[in-house]
Amino acid sequence: MLIVSCPCCGVTAEETEFHAHGEAHIVRHTVGSTDQDMETYLFMRKNTKGVHFERWRHQYGCGKWFHMARDTMTLEVFGTYPAQTLAPPEDLLVQIDAKRPGWRKST
Amino acid sequence: MKKYSVFAVAREAMRHHSGWTRAWRDAAPKKRYDVVIIGAGGHGLATAYHLGKNFGITNVAVIEKGWLGGGNTGRNTTIIRSNYLQDASAAIYEKSRSLYETMSQDLNYNVMFSPRGVIMLAQTEHEVRGFKRTAHANMLQGVSTEFIGPHKVKELLPIINLSGPRYPVLGGLYQARGGTARHDAVAWGYARACSDMGMDIIQQCEVTGVQTSGGKVTGVNTTRGDIACDKVGMVVAGHSGHLAEMAGFRLPIESVALQALVSEPVKPCMDVVVMANTVHGYMSQSDKGEMVIGGGTDGYNNYTQRGSFHHIEETVRALVETFPMVSRLKMLRQWGGIVDITGDRSPILSKTPVQGVFINCGWGTGGFKAIPGSGWAMAELMAKGRSPLTDAFGLERFSEGRFIDESVAAGVAH
Repeated sequence: MLIVSCPCCGVTAEETEFHAHGEAHIVRHTVGSTDQDMETYLFMRKNTKGVHFERWRHQYGCGKWFHMARDTMTLEVFGTYPAQTLAPPEDLLVQIDAKRPGWRKST
Repeated sequence: MKKYSVFAVAREAMRHHSGWTRAWRDAAPKKRYDVVIIGAGGHGLATAYHLGKNFGITNVAVIEKGWLGGGNTGRNTTIIRSNYLQDASAAIYEKSRSLYETMSQDLNYNVMFSPRGVIMLAQTEHEVRGFKRTAHANMLQGVSTEFIGPHKVKELLPIINLSGPRYPVLGGLYQARGGTARHDAVAWGYARACSDMGMDIIQQCEVTGVQTSGGKVTGVNTTRGDIACDKVGMVVAGHSGHLAEMAGFRLPIESVALQALVSEPVKPCMDVVVMANTVHGYMSQSDKGEMVIGGGTDGYNNYTQRGSFHHIEETVRALVETFPMVSRLKMLRQWGGIVDITGDRSPILSKTPVQGVFINCGWGTGGFKAIPGSGWAMAELMAKGRSPLTDAFGLERFSEGRFIDESVAAGVAH
């Protein structure tokens, strides 16, 4: 059972209150893009074995979207951050560095 | 290979069972093979078997990072059915189901195929319409299924509660020749037959790299040395994306955990397989008497081979509603497996951007039932470069937007 903190309303709760919606920071391709870009946008996923950045929604709470860093090998939640970002915040990355040295090479 | 038969049993009974030999050789890797299959699970071994049997290609190595059949082949709930809506799916799953019918004889190994019947319960009006449509489609595809009413459901399943608190049972999609088989035996039987044809099954051998030259595969690096080969078949389920990355291409796949659990053994009380897709639960009774129970996948990427507890709760709640007697059962054990889910929830059997590398993955939550058919089709694809069974399952369908809109491949209860 994951324990998740919502960065929008500040509530810390079990994962059943939230819903996962897949990989975060995917670059959107739309009208006018190539077939390959469209395929990448819609279907190609990193499917990382290790540190994974993903989108979640506080489904049965404030209803807002946010981002989360989690390890897919251990299910450890490193932290959550607002959805209105194009990349994970640096302080979270440093925190992950301390726990998983060298992880940046593998993603 | 010594043939298993009633005479062999009698002969061995006379000499204290001292004459049985190992079912397959645990081989060490040679320097070179014609074909290397990565993954000694059901699909990988079935591919190797059909390469040898259908196409005479026997200079084959099947390499496995763990042990034979230790992945999803040994972790599923052993359900076999072919009641799919789309022609492409029905063709490959029905091929598979029909191969299961004679597998024990073909392999000379008892896989305990039990065509006891599979019922998918319809618990909403939407599901009734969907299943009727599937039954009609199956009729055209030559797959024998029928839509049955609640009375027939009760007749086949005396322990069912038709008027559950949330979703009453309105009928079901019934496939009389669906059923179960012993999952380990499928892997062992194929391994024995492959080994007998002179193929090498190499366990504890992890692939660490794929060698290419001019866009063509030349071999694989493994933890037990480099192996040269002309063709590589990647048949590894959960870790397909990882391997594809080694060969330099990407897959439209995400890995999630699917779990199952087993109750204490009880007397025979249910001789069909039941799936309830609306409430996410499915159940069958094993030959030992245990109720084998499965449910939905976890909603997030996961490589831990563990499922989350609340999914067990959800599954068991659904089954207690539908089968009240289940509430009295103690659960013995629970386990999880990593399934690879594709963008359209249908598998990928395909050539890849690297010449000579073929991929068979994305079976998601429904791989066991497909083992023989998948092996048959994959072998044809690898030997001849094309198979009518795999045409619709190519990787290019994702860029071309030619998806297989499969109603019963929902990523749950599959």
